[in-house]
Order: sequence, then structure tokens, then C-alpha cells
Amino acid sequence: MVAITERLRERRSRFQFVLDRPQVLGSLFLSPAILYVLVLVGLPFLLAIYYALSAYTIYNPSYHFVGLSNFIEVVQSQTFRRTLVNTFVFTIASQFLGLILGKFGALLLLRPFAGRKIVRALIVLPWAVPIALATVAWEWMFDSLYSVINWTLEAVGLMNPANAPNWLGEPTLAMICVIIVNAWRFFPFAIVIFLAGITAVPQDVLDAATVDGAGFWRRNYQIIVPMILPIVVVGLIFGTVFTFTDLSIVYLLTQGGPVNATQVLGNLGFQIGILSGDVAHGAAISLFMLPVLFVLVILMLRFIRRREI
Amino acid sequence: MSVVSANEITKRFSDVAAVDGISLSVRDGEFMVLLGPSGCGKTTFLRIIAGLEAPSSGEITIDGTVVNDLPPRARGIAMVFQSYGLYPHFTIRDNIAFPLKTQGVTKAEIRSKVEWAANLLGIGHLLDRRPRQLSGGERQRVALARALVRDPMVFLLDEPLSNLDAKLRTSARNEIKLFQQQIGTTTIYVTHDQVEAMGMGDRIAVIDHGKVRQVGTPAEIYDDPADRFVATFVGSPPMNLVRWNGGHLGFRPENFLPRQMVHNGAVTDFSFCIDRTEYLGSERIVYGRLDGLEAPLEITAKLPPAHVPDEYIRPGEFHPFAVRSSQLCYFDESGKRARRH
Repeated sequence: MVAITERLRERRSRFQFVLDRPQVLGSLFLSPAILYVLVLVGLPFLLAIYYALSAYTIYNPSYHFVGLSNFIEVVQSQTFRRTLVNTFVFTIASQFLGLILGKFGALLLLRPFAGRKIVRALIVLPWAVPIALATVAWEWMFDSLYSVINWTLEAVGLMNPANAPNWLGEPTLAMICVIIVNAWRFFPFAIVIFLAGITAVPQDVLDAATVDGAGFWRRNYQIIVPMILPIVVVGLIFGTVFTFTDLSIVYLLTQGGPVNATQVLGNLGFQIGILSGDVAHGAAISLFMLPVLFVLVILMLRFIRRREI
Repeated sequence: MSVVSANEITKRFSDVAAVDGISLSVRDGEFMVLLGPSGCGKTTFLRIIAGLEAPSSGEITIDGTVVNDLPPRARGIAMVFQSYGLYPHFTIRDNIAFPLKTQGVTKAEIRSKVEWAANLLGIGHLLDRRPRQLSGGERQRVALARALVRDPMVFLLDEPLSNLDAKLRTSARNEIKLFQQQIGTTTIYVTHDQVEAMGMGDRIAVIDHGKVRQVGTPAEIYDDPADRFVATFVGSPPMNLVRWNGGHLGFRPENFLPRQMVHNGAVTDFSFCIDRTEYLGSERIVYGRLDGLEAPLEITAKLPPAHVPDEYIRPGEFHPFAVRSSQLCYFDESGKRARRH
């Protein structure tokens, strides 16, 4: 008989099979990611804490320790409190709108129709297009003089040019605008999440619900939505964290105006800390996001754990 | 009286006819099994009865009413699915109660019905658990209970035992059969397992390529197959076939015995060349060829080991075997059963 296994060679060194050990190989593969997080997330985070506790400005870069006084000053400021409320309104409203659009978009895309593949590809665009580019287009649509929306409404005869809304110039409208743009940007992601969830619901369960007498709404809201809730909540965590910390849409569309009506934490921190050079207060504002997000994420994760099926 | 009747039902998926003109009537209280290989259209046909698929043509009547345009919930049916289709986020109690809630039944009545069904199936102690905490057998009972509370005119069961292990399947088979006899509800049961079909069905409809090949009691299906497909699909090992007069002659392996064991009546003799044998404890399967006769498949004989000692049959030997002439079936060129041969 022919021996088909290699003869056990003499061991040359005890490191010869070191890469066969899962612990070694695992650590090797994980190390770039861990390094990345430590250097690019952990270090700046510690730095931010340090700045927030000091009187550091770019004009006077001294690490003079001032305790919590930056935080106290920030909280006492009217602008900051307004910004905090704005950030919550902006996040919650745009996530809510995005989820609703996502749910209906997913239901539409699940139905077979001609050109569905093209629509599926196109619907991801808001997500894929660089946000600066997209926001410029939206800015044009909301422009005080050349607004495409106003022009269309006038052309159809639904609006008198005399009382055309100044979308970005009026506090409430401006907030609605940034919410709409953010929801528009988020909803393809919500569609993908809902599509993944709904297609994972077993056909047997849906059929059983149909035979058991559930109509469209009952099937959707008593069977499908509860079953896909865990995955939707994961999507919501992502969306919330990104929106809560985001400044790009506000920065590009309104700069936080008019009179701080659309100011959000990210943008305020950026304006004070970087543009005005008051690094200490900017860091204090940014760090405010941390406990809020922390609590939010813990609540959502606990909810998923409880709902796990 | 027939409770369910199907009249020339067809279902086409683009170019393929999954169901190709099935007509079938199921009597009141009957346990009807739809038996066929995978992809023969039996599940599609069941789903058409349930209203989960619309037929391309034909008519379904349930309890005297044409139900083609009625949604599943209005057809008076209840269905148990292959993987049960339990709602994973509901407790067992809510699972069983769901069909009642959709009908707007009062809370008190829901409570009493759920408990009645759960106790009947022996799952009363599981009502506050969730499906994932249950074993396969328990889940299957929950699915049955959920079907039961609707007080259906007809039970539709789609391979409900295929997710159970072999041992559990045998006991679940008996339970379903007993349960059906107890409540007396007309039942249509889809399976590809002939043992289930033979053991449970009052009548069996054998389906192949979207067509009903034969409807009959288990004994009729087994002893009197209508065509070559039924003859070779039912029975394990399947019926032996040899070419004869342009058609085929068929006989069951257990009727194919050593010559000296076949005594009275008219007998047809064969010379059997043995290739190999399998000892299965309660029976011995002998594989081989027939001298001078052409057969599409290997010929098998199923012998009682107690009566045929091991030394008697050895590979390579020729033995005189015989079949009682009354136990021979003749199939013509088209595969149909012919009475005379």
C-alpha cells in the first residue's frame, strides 16, 4: 500500500506551525482594525476629553486645566440648549420619515413590475451620491429666488408668487428642509434594511397568516413588522448615530441658520471649536453627544435582546 | 357527500404546467392523501384548494360553494405547513389564538377554545412559551391546534411530518390519524412518503407530472395499480417489471418466491439468477436477473428469512422462482394496466 500522508517531519522550530493556531492567526487579522480604532478613534477621543477640561484655544494653546467650567458655560448658553433640542428634532424626525419611506419603498420594490431592477439600482443613488453634490442640488430647489419647487407650484397654479415660501430663510421651514434632505439621504438605507428583513420572513409564516385570516394591514403590522423589528432597530441605531453626529447637510444647506434655527451639535462644535478656534468649548460641545448616544444605543440593544426570537 | 371537489384544475407557471387537469372529490370525513414524487404538483394543488394560489383554469368547490374567488380565510379551511409557519414572536397561546382574533371572536371564547385545543393535543403546559423553545414534535402539535380552533370544514396538511426525525414521525403519524378519526374532519394530506400515505389514508390519490394517476384505497393502490408509474412508485422495493408482448409484466417482490413455496393455483415460473442479497432482519432482499427475459430494472425478491435459509441462495446461482398468476399485472405499451395478458 502506498502511504499517502507525509511522513511526520522532524520539528525544526516550535514556530513552524504558529499560523495554524487560531489565537495567533485571529490576533494577526484583528490587529489592523484594533490599531485603526485606537489611533484614529481612541486617541482623538482622549484628546477631546483633555481639550474639554482645559482652556485650550488656537490663539493660546496652553493646557491650562479648568475642570468642568467649559461644560457649565456651554450648558448655560442659550444657543447650545436650542442646538441640543434641534439635534433631537432633526434626528428623530428624519429617522422617522426615512423609516416610513423605507418601509413603503421596500413593499413597492418587492412587487414584480417592469423595470424593477433599474429602479432598485437607482433608488440607492441618494445614498451613493456625494452628499456635497446632492445638497447643492437641494439648495437650488430651496433657493429663495430660483426655487424649482416654487416655480413648479406657480406653474401649476397652486401658489401665488407673492407669498412664495422662503424655504431656507424661515426658521420652521428651514428645519423641515434639512429634515427632508436627511430623510431623503437615509431612506435608501432603510429600504435595504426592510428588504433584507422582509425577504427573510419565511413564506410559510406569511401563508399561515393569510390562511388564518390576516389581511394586508394585520399581516404587515402584527406579523412582518414585529418579526423584522430587530434588524430594523439595528438600522435605526446606525441612522441615529450618524444623524446625531452629522453636520454635513446643515453645514452645506443652512450653516445652522437662520439664527441657529437649524443648528445641530456637530455643526456648532465645528463652528466654535475649529472655525472660531475655541477648541476647549468646541470639544465640550462635541462630548455632549457621547452620553446621549451611549444611553440611546444601550436602550435599543436591550430592546433587541428582549425581542430576540 | 363530497366536501371538496376539484374540477379540471390546471396551474401554469410560464410554460410549465405544475397542475395539469386534476379532478378529484373528497368525501365528508375522509382522510385523503395526495401522494407523489417531489415536484409533481401535489403541494401546488393543495395551495390552490387553500386559495394561496389561483388556478389557471378549473373550479374548486368546498361544501357546495365555488370558492375560486374567495380568499383563503373565507373558504372554511385550515392548513398546517411543512415548517409549521408558527409566528416566532408570539407565545404559543397567541399563536393558537391568532386565527380567532382575526375573526373578532370574544376574549372569553378565545380563551376557552385555545385551552380546549391545547389540551386535546397535550400542549396545555406549553402555552406561555415561544415556538423556538419547543421541540419539532411540539411545534407540529401547536400548528395542528392552531388549525383546529378555526373549526374548519377541511384540514389541509402539507407534509407536516417531514421535519421530524424518523422515530417521532412514526408516533406523530399515529397521532394525526387518531386525531382525525376523533374529530372527524375531512382532511387532505400531502406527502411524498408512501409509508405515510399507506398508513394514514382512507384513500390515496397518486399524482405525477401534475396529473392524478390513480385514486383508491391503500389496498387498491398497492394490489391493483392503474399504471406502471403507480406500480413502481408505491412499494419498497418497487414492483418488478419485465418486458412482455410489447408491454410489461409486473409482480411484487414479496410475491416472487422460490418455486417450492408457491403451492396451489396457476403459477408462472421463472429462472432467477441471483446477484446479491441483503439481510434486513425481518426480510431478505434478493437482487438478480431473470433468465431469458429483459427487465428495465434489477429484479428483486423479498423473502422471509425464516423460511429461506441462507445456504439456499448464493450469488451466481440459478434458482427456480415463481409467481401466482393471479398476482401478475400486465401493462400495455403506454404503461396503462390491461386486464388480459
